Amino acid sequence: MSMTTARARLPKPRGTLSERVFQAAREPAQEARSTGYLDVEPDSADDAAITLWALYELSYRGFEDVDDAAEWDLDLLRVRRRLEADLEAQLRARWPGVPAYDGDGGAAFEEAFFRWVEEFEGPSLSRFVQRQATTEQVLDLLRLKSVYHLKESDPAAFVVPRLEVEARAGLMELQYDEYGGGRPDRLHAGLFARGMAAVGLRPDEGAYVDEAPTLVLEQNNAMSLFGLHRRLRGAAMGHLAAFEATSSLPCRRMAQGMERLGMAAEMIDYYTEHVEADAVHEQLAVRNICAPMIAVDPAVEADIWFGAFTCLDQEARLAGQLLEQWEAA
Amino acid sequence: MSNADIVVCPGGPLLIRGDHVIRDEDGAEHATVRPVSAVCRCGKSATKPWCDGTHKLIPEKNRP
Repeated sequence: MSMTTARARLPKPRGTLSERVFQAAREPAQEARSTGYLDVEPDSADDAAITLWALYELSYRGFEDVDDAAEWDLDLLRVRRRLEADLEAQLRARWPGVPAYDGDGGAAFEEAFFRWVEEFEGPSLSRFVQRQATTEQVLDLLRLKSVYHLKESDPAAFVVPRLEVEARAGLMELQYDEYGGGRPDRLHAGLFARGMAAVGLRPDEGAYVDEAPTLVLEQNNAMSLFGLHRRLRGAAMGHLAAFEATSSLPCRRMAQGMERLGMAAEMIDYYTEHVEADAVHEQLAVRNICAPMIAVDPAVEADIWFGAFTCLDQEARLAGQLLEQWEAA
Repeated sequence: MSNADIVVCPGGPLLIRGDHVIRDEDGAEHATVRPVSAVCRCGKSATKPWCDGTHKLIPEKNRP
């Protein structure tokens, strides 16, 4: 693949906890480690979010300035566990619970899921981009979205070996397409990286994490939380299904907005690819992953809805925040 | 367990697994490019023969 990118370095700390954790990650031999140095509370939600984001990154491609062994450093894992328990509690507190629908599991679940997604109300970033965003605003959005899109599908990939036969085959079929069907130049994260370079932004992972607001970090952290805990496999797949089921039409609006602004074809191609790809993926995620998971273990259904809600709720909150900023500008 | 290669999605597209070439009503041929493809059944897709999710924008009673 022609796209070679710089390896990420730790982001800037955003408070006492992230400062100490990042220092400890860089210098694992520090004596201070044994004296409760890392047992401080985060100064803010932002401090907590950047700390957890960086700790999760150790399970993906890591950082140039952190030893690979830090991923399983028990002191760092203790901090991660504390922060992710808080995050999960906050996300569960926002969730209104499993929506009522006639029947249970199977086709009834599939229909109920698609209907619930369609009826979910939230402000739309893609309509704003389609009709009125400026090039600067679209570039701002791409910088924030790059935190996830440059590692697109990676959190869900952790779930593969945790599923029973039918759902496992379903997830692999979906992921095979996400990862380019064996062709590195079609890997979705790589398509996005090419788009970033073409619009004049940095294509390397984590390049814009320092300017990501708390909510963007929390979106990424929720996906890693769900993907890295077998216990939360239902939430991971519910999140995936909701993400895919809210992608095709918004991606077309994004592409139309960028065409209106005359932006680079490579970035438009990324969004155009997702119009058709996600029209397939939403069907696979709901019918070939979530429904078979419920058939094998009905208890997993609640977390599927929890993950789906988290996906749409976080995106709606981010959209509200960005639109408020843009409309005030 | 479903091993079907062609699946009708209620209210949505036709899923086809594997490599196929589809000839549309104008005689143009379209090759699939992904492991599973979604073929439009509502007739409203902007990227026919492929589904682009437009069926969600039409009233439920008019969906395929």
